[in-house]
Amino acid sequence: MQEKPIFETLDQIFVLLKHWLVSFLPTALQPAAGVVISVATIVCLFPALFALTTVFERKGLGRIQNRIGPNRVGPFGLFQPVADGIKSLTKEDIVPLSADAVVHFLAPLVLVVTVFMGFAVLPMGRNMVLVEMDAGLLFYFAMGASTELSVFMAGWSSRNKYSLMGAMRAVAQMISYEVPLLLSSVVVVMMTASLSLSDIVAAQSKYTWGLPHWYIFTPWGFAGFVMYAIATTAETNRSPFDLPEGESELVAGYHTEYSGFKFALFFLGEYLAMFSISGLGTTLFLGGWSAPLSSLTWVPSWIWFFSKLMLSIFVFIWLRGTLPRLRQDQLMNFAWKFVLPMCLLNLLVAGLWRFLGDGWPRWVVCSAILIAAYVAMGKMEMRSEHFGPRSYRYAE
Amino acid sequence: MTPLGDYLLVAALVFSIGLAGALTRRNAILVLIGIELMLNAANLNLIAFWRYGSHPHPDPLTGMMFAIFSIAVAAAEAAVGLGLVIFIHRHAKTTDLDQMHRMKG
Amino acid sequence: MSFVFFLLATLTVAGGLAAVLLKNTVHCALALTVAFAGLAFLFLNLDAQFAGFAQILVYIGAVAILVVFAILLTKGSETPKDGVFSHTWLTGLAIAAAVFAVLGWAVIETAPMLPKSTSVPIVTVAQIGNALMGRYVLPLEIVAVLLTAALIGAVIVAMHEKEGLE
Repeated sequence: MQEKPIFETLDQIFVLLKHWLVSFLPTALQPAAGVVISVATIVCLFPALFALTTVFERKGLGRIQNRIGPNRVGPFGLFQPVADGIKSLTKEDIVPLSADAVVHFLAPLVLVVTVFMGFAVLPMGRNMVLVEMDAGLLFYFAMGASTELSVFMAGWSSRNKYSLMGAMRAVAQMISYEVPLLLSSVVVVMMTASLSLSDIVAAQSKYTWGLPHWYIFTPWGFAGFVMYAIATTAETNRSPFDLPEGESELVAGYHTEYSGFKFALFFLGEYLAMFSISGLGTTLFLGGWSAPLSSLTWVPSWIWFFSKLMLSIFVFIWLRGTLPRLRQDQLMNFAWKFVLPMCLLNLLVAGLWRFLGDGWPRWVVCSAILIAAYVAMGKMEMRSEHFGPRSYRYAE
Repeated sequence: MTPLGDYLLVAALVFSIGLAGALTRRNAILVLIGIELMLNAANLNLIAFWRYGSHPHPDPLTGMMFAIFSIAVAAAEAAVGLGLVIFIHRHAKTTDLDQMHRMKG
Repeated sequence: MSFVFFLLATLTVAGGLAAVLLKNTVHCALALTVAFAGLAFLFLNLDAQFAGFAQILVYIGAVAILVVFAILLTKGSETPKDGVFSHTWLTGLAIAAAVFAVLGWAVIETAPMLPKSTSVPIVTVAQIGNALMGRYVLPLEIVAVLLTAALIGAVIVAMHEKEGLE
């Protein structure tokens, strides 16, 4: 369908705005100014989204738990983040006497800086990538790997056994799920033949019979997406993998000894990590900024990207409210004995998909292999001791 | 454009610092840290020569591949070395190299 | 010598010095991470993007965390009572200084003869992938076997022994 010019302008409106703003400066300064404007936009936009998500989450969790969330500050409690922000900025910053002051100070900074770096390679709309990199996905995972060190720094520098235990658990969980995260993304790289995120989105922007070529609609892509979703929930320490910060277990895990603004930075870092990894998930599997139906391509691309991002966040909140927490050994077992073999099998199935050629046989064969493996591995690897019938003891 | 010699000097400096650390510290883990610094300095040397190599470059891939394989092998060596240190600590209850100067025990 | 190079070189050397001189072992490990980061940025300065990102991913993301875990599992964060430097520290320092003197002299003496190419060798990720599967497939397989052996070996060496075997 022909794109009407007004929708094309709307699609590129941020790019055009940036060019217009930059044109006021002399030519020598223009590239630097363009970069500064893009960086400033990202640094202001995502924390604003974070503020919106905190109230979204508390209301959502409240409704799932059959209560109303915060509703005092502003209409429907929408100004709650403002109140939270003022509270965290004005609280006293307590640093324990025996804590390692330098490392204690640097840990939240390292977290926030490395998480912000990840946003640089996400394509948020047509022509809206901050840095066009040949190895964009590799850069993203390099930044993700650096966040684990800040968690350890926070836990160790507090000289508190709960913090240290929480940090150890968090780091062990993050490195265990790093491997399924990378392997499920490697399938997408294999099928697109490029590490560049813009290429991956471009490969998914084609349409057959009006339906898009998103990777989630293929058997290997669907399995990859499920494993990516599990790995991201574990990487960002969200329920049901939130034992490192489980309040009933470890006080507050690795950020027990942080108060005031530093705690707000940890909170910000965690939610920003959630945004950026959901953004990566939509880029890899859900088609990035491309529209779901070929008749809807007139809607601006950045609206699609952010809608898919907020949909992923909504699923995260839903999971948090619904599923019980996994124990540490259960979640490590799950990672190494179930998700990792399924990821490797997925790689094989993706290769088979490519070599079987176009047509319906490859759909049947690949789906059959994946479903059979899922059922078999589920029965074999996740078997636990046999429990007898439940018995109840009542207070007599 | 910084000349190649500057990069080589930095690599030599980091190499000697790593060597000094490996030879003078007591804790076995710090010796391994020194070894990692030495390996990294060698990688820097490789990449610097890859970048400033002869012009036109006959085979631009070789230097890069050498450095990538070196990173992979260094990671494997760090893993095994640290596993050994943990095992020895479990046996001798210490990681102090000055106290482990005999084969007995 | 450009300003960026000077900054990165200072960062790397300072990180390395801190890694071998500090008393607290965990601080040494964190300084090592700074040195790794400095080296990764030096690689990026040399237009070696794949090597730079691989350095961050492998060294900072894995080796640094491994070192930190090893320090915590061996109670390395307690300072020993006799100091942190071994009793043969002077000899070690002299040897390292001699090595640096020789290397530095070699670099400075041959400075005019060093290659000075100004064009960047273009190596895309696709070329690296093709090379790994084509010309360098044997080293790739050997490194894969090496990593598997290292993995199994490290797990066996560091695993808790079963009861009754001690």
